[in-house]
Amino acid sequence: MSARIGVVVFPGSNCEHDVVTGLETAAQGHGAGGGEGRAVSAELVWHGARSLAGFDAVVLPGGFAHGDYLRPGALARFSPVMEAVGAFARDGGPVVGICNGFQVLTEAGLLPGALQKNRDLRFLCTTVVVRVCTTRTVLTRAAAPGAELRLPINHFEGNYTCDAATVERLRAEDRVVLRYTDNPNGSIDDIAGVCNQAGNVVGLMPHPERASDALIGGTDGVVLLRSLIAAASGDREAPQAAPAASAAV
Amino acid sequence: MLVEVRLRPGISDPQGATIERALPALGFDGVDGVRVGKAFRLSVEAPDEADAAARVSDMAQRLLANPVIEDFEVRVLGPAPAGAGNGRAAAAR
Repeated sequence: MSARIGVVVFPGSNCEHDVVTGLETAAQGHGAGGGEGRAVSAELVWHGARSLAGFDAVVLPGGFAHGDYLRPGALARFSPVMEAVGAFARDGGPVVGICNGFQVLTEAGLLPGALQKNRDLRFLCTTVVVRVCTTRTVLTRAAAPGAELRLPINHFEGNYTCDAATVERLRAEDRVVLRYTDNPNGSIDDIAGVCNQAGNVVGLMPHPERASDALIGGTDGVVLLRSLIAAASGDREAPQAAPAASAAV
Repeated sequence: MLVEVRLRPGISDPQGATIERALPALGFDGVDGVRVGKAFRLSVEAPDEADAAARVSDMAQRLLANPVIEDFEVRVLGPAPAGAGNGRAAAAR
């Protein structure tokens, strides 16, 4: 049976088709070679849906949900689907928020911190290098610890912010998922992505789906998408504790 | 009603810092601590001002401000001018 991954569409989302195509490409092994031939069905889910029954993973894609009015994610968190996303996450289901989706997850309180305007007050559309800091999450389990990935970013509000106690806790609990090697936006501790305690909810500013085919400039995002596919394909084993010997800090 | 939303102390404010750096170029010296926030003005129908203030505080807590990085302050500006509240119960401005 193929894993079903729901890709939520808010009014103003604009990366949902890229995510669907990226997941299908990653599953088939196109673009990066070495596909595992996993069957994946990535389906769009309108934000008005009240149930995520039948899905094995959920992605909140990039874009400008509800126009980003007030603050990015501030209105989207009240979309009907978000109650189901919260329940799905609490049940251990894999949830990934990319860019605007990350902003929605922080506004919804499913991930700590907030995303502020970039340090230099510029919209950033470029390719950055991020380091995989932990492989215990649904988005990085197939990656090598410490691996460096070239991924596109495309944001104005990507400056990850939280108080000192929170960043300390994120470090101590092995919850910094990705760090920029050359911080583009002022994020505290170079953070590009974080996860919840269990590692099943991940938010990141870079776009792995835009690095899923050699034809469009890179395939470094495939390992992340394949991680999610693996997580959705049944291996929902109990979240691993942070490995003591982890080299990824 | 007036809701002022501002960044909590210690949260960096790139916009405020940029404005602060720009002011001396215009001859406005001696300014520091510039912080950029948001202000919301709204009219609320309520039995009295305290009730209106309580409801607006709830709105600010849940939507207008992000408590992770922002504080807010609610002020009652006074009763709405006659005619602004559909002639029904008191409206606080």
